[in-house]
Amino acid sequence: MAYSASADSHAHHEPQSFVRKYIWSQDHKVIAIQYAVTAIGVGLVALVLSGLMRIQLGFPDSGLIDAEAYYQFMTMHGMIMVVYLLTALFLGGFGNYLIPLMVGARDMVFPYLNMLSYWFYLLSVLVLMASFFVPDGPTGAGWTLYPPQAITGGTPGADWGILTMLVSLAIFIVAATMGGLNYVVTVLQARAPGMTLMRMPLTVWGIFVAAIMALLAFPALFVAAVMMILDSTLGTSFFMPAIIAMGQQMDHEGGSPLLFQHLFWFFGHPEVYIVALPAFGLVSDLISTHARKNIFGYHMMVWAIVIIGFLSFFVWAHHMYVSGMNLSFGYFFAISTLIIAVPTAIKVYNWVLTLWKGDIHFTVPMLFAIGFIVTFIVGGLTGLFLGNVVVDIPLADTYFVVAHFHMVMGVAPILVVFGAIYHWYPKVTGRMMDERLGHIHFWITFLGTYAIYFPMHYLGVLGMPRRYYDYDYDFIPQSAHDLNTFITVVALAVGVAQVLFLWNMAWSAVRGRSSGGNPWNATSLEWQTPETPPGHGNWGPELPEVHRWAYDYNVPGAPQDFIPQTEPRPTSAPGHGHREDAT
Amino acid sequence: MGVVIVLIVVVVASVVFHLVSPWGLTELASNWYSMDVMLHLSFAVTGVVFVAVMAFMIYALVKYRHRQGQRAAYTPDNRRLEWWLLGLTTVGIVALLAPGLAVYNNFVNPPDDAMAVEAFGEQWRFHYRYPGEDGEFGRTDTRLISSDNPLGLDPDDPASRDDIVIADGALRLPVDRPVQMHLRSQDVIHGFFVPQFRAKMDMVPGMVTHFWFTPTRTGEFEVLCTQHCGIAHYRMRDDVLVMEQDDFDAWLAERRTFGDQMAALEEREEDEDVRWGRELADSEGCMACHTADGSRSIGPTWLNLYGSEVTLDDGSTVTADADYIRRSITDPRAQITEGYPPAMPAYDFEDDELDALLAYIRSLTDDDTPPTENGTGD
Repeated sequence: MAYSASADSHAHHEPQSFVRKYIWSQDHKVIAIQYAVTAIGVGLVALVLSGLMRIQLGFPDSGLIDAEAYYQFMTMHGMIMVVYLLTALFLGGFGNYLIPLMVGARDMVFPYLNMLSYWFYLLSVLVLMASFFVPDGPTGAGWTLYPPQAITGGTPGADWGILTMLVSLAIFIVAATMGGLNYVVTVLQARAPGMTLMRMPLTVWGIFVAAIMALLAFPALFVAAVMMILDSTLGTSFFMPAIIAMGQQMDHEGGSPLLFQHLFWFFGHPEVYIVALPAFGLVSDLISTHARKNIFGYHMMVWAIVIIGFLSFFVWAHHMYVSGMNLSFGYFFAISTLIIAVPTAIKVYNWVLTLWKGDIHFTVPMLFAIGFIVTFIVGGLTGLFLGNVVVDIPLADTYFVVAHFHMVMGVAPILVVFGAIYHWYPKVTGRMMDERLGHIHFWITFLGTYAIYFPMHYLGVLGMPRRYYDYDYDFIPQSAHDLNTFITVVALAVGVAQVLFLWNMAWSAVRGRSSGGNPWNATSLEWQTPETPPGHGNWGPELPEVHRWAYDYNVPGAPQDFIPQTEPRPTSAPGHGHREDAT
Repeated sequence: MGVVIVLIVVVVASVVFHLVSPWGLTELASNWYSMDVMLHLSFAVTGVVFVAVMAFMIYALVKYRHRQGQRAAYTPDNRRLEWWLLGLTTVGIVALLAPGLAVYNNFVNPPDDAMAVEAFGEQWRFHYRYPGEDGEFGRTDTRLISSDNPLGLDPDDPASRDDIVIADGALRLPVDRPVQMHLRSQDVIHGFFVPQFRAKMDMVPGMVTHFWFTPTRTGEFEVLCTQHCGIAHYRMRDDVLVMEQDDFDAWLAERRTFGDQMAALEEREEDEDVRWGRELADSEGCMACHTADGSRSIGPTWLNLYGSEVTLDDGSTVTADADYIRRSITDPRAQITEGYPPAMPAYDFEDDELDALLAYIRSLTDDDTPPTENGTGD
């Protein structure tokens, strides 16, 4: 089996000083927590920004923020949520914590690189936050940063704001590359004896494929960022045709604004799945564990993850149906986009079929998993509208799009994040989170976000364009403004309710009920560590040995309703992943 | 069990909301009925799938909720079932995609007899152009753009002489005649969208984009920009008037061609200072935010500004005399006109340049009698 003997020696080098242990730490668990805390912190900033925007949309006469601030907050909210919160939290947070524990490694294979990855990520966040303080403030170009608008005078923050944004993204990509390489190599090279690829929990599969995708997709954004920096500072014309901006003839000629869009979405669409695949993996494990049943169709689930990851590199221009690109591309991208719906649908079926004939415990993680299924179904189905090119044409750039992507890559993954935190918190801290608070948090968050985004689709059908500071158009009836006010009120309530979650995390770390090592009676390796929270090196003197897949719940004839992966199997019994066992 | 009841409510409420929601498509005013059909088909197919999957899940949650002594079944997979689901999903996808692509094919190929109309985007308004009798648009170049030639037509191109330029809207179209829109932009990417027409397309600087539709009922509609184009994106709008063919023809016949406009400009008698001022206003970017024709933009229009009473944002009024206008250019944020954003940067002009600008602005006031002039100004 592929694991390095030198990794064993880790256990003997536990750092003693506080700084080495908790600040400049090379321990994947500490780095994971650093990533998670930073991501959640910057996510809270983005949450506040969205509240300010919603106040403007719901109460346009309030005059709380002006148009300049609105566009700046809109841009920062989007970029933070997609990149600096979700991507960082799933890969840097959950990936870091769970990969080595779930595959039975002592740490990531490159611990020093792992530490650097976090510090580069923190630097990118600091540069991003610094853009609030540069002259004219952060960029207001929208998170898609389309040129020429992003670097011409009619847009807020077109000088310093956009530069800090692009530099921050470039630093983030360096961080994501160091982290991503680590995750991929760790999964391929550092698995415990007996941990074949087809025995890995789906969480690892989801993060593994997402990390590979990040390594392939982020470079497109990186070059786009560098090219735009050059256009803006040195006067090159990668994305800039001859234009007159704010009455001034600019010194650009022959560049293509569409080139940027192709580069951006070649990154941007896989990015959706870089966020979604880890969520798919995590939620699969939540459902299986709390329904006390094996995940249904494991092989199909693995292949669906791999195929979705692969196909997602061939659908990017479905974001550009009305961009002015050659209309013939629409046929190809509509077909490729709707093909991706098939493996995605399979995943939904298999989650629901996992519940079928289960022994379903309505724990807090399970509730969030169910909430995920509901919102993901809605978001996935509305994706069929927008992927089908001719349905997209009237809906593009309206609130239908806003509702769709918030449902499918905002709410759905965030519900998984919450569920996963409630689920793995006992492993990280040794204490349970408060269940009553968890229930209240779930119901406000799930029903609230559903009430925000479900009706919002219909504003888009009506034709309300997105990215508007104000809507005094004749075709928009008063009732639509009233709906906007309703959405704002609910959104503010949901935003405030997140305090419950923060309080629960903080309070439970000190006062939570002691959890023991395996409170959910789960099978996968991370629950079988000798200590909880796991010590440095994770496994004590001996690496665990893996004898079965991660989903042996309610195996007929077994005395308990779960069999840990470390449990040897009776010599004659048939099992899973036999082919790989031979290696 | 609370979960189950709430989920049932969520599903029922979603379906009811869809059926009775007052927020839906605006009344169609173009040929793209087929797009509406595709939208409704998508709602129908996905609605059925949504209800079916949710119903199955809710049933499973009720039936297999944890009770004392219960054990789950051990069924790692069921290849037959999985292939069936795969097949059914594929059928559903094809059922949406096939008619969708058929309609799209229609969208991609405009009718041969479509009338060509150009829409031109500028931060933050629309201009239009009709090709004139030859049916051909004249050549354009961004470098030729000025306030006299907002679309940058090449006066030397014979095809441009009979073009009809409608600066700053509104767009007029004849009813029941297919229109092929040619879209351009002079600065950033804009979008051209009339909700009642359904179809939309971005307007990209450096290239010409196209889409077509046929207006099917007369009336007045709003064009709105659908691609984020800067701080006043949400104010970038215009009117479209769809009229009977006869009315349209009569209106178009009254427009001056580009050639006539240019000829008239050459004969224009103009003070040297006024001409210089106008050139400065063009080259220094004033016209990005101010207009000379009375239309509203980011800043107040210059038409009849000189000598008028201006209400400031603190409620006081001031006469727009020479001093006021100079101050507004060199220190614009000192006095902000009510209802406008404090967006203008301070300009540092030479004195003679300021005089020229002032002369130009004065020339835009019909009645050139000086107001209470204090003598220190021009």
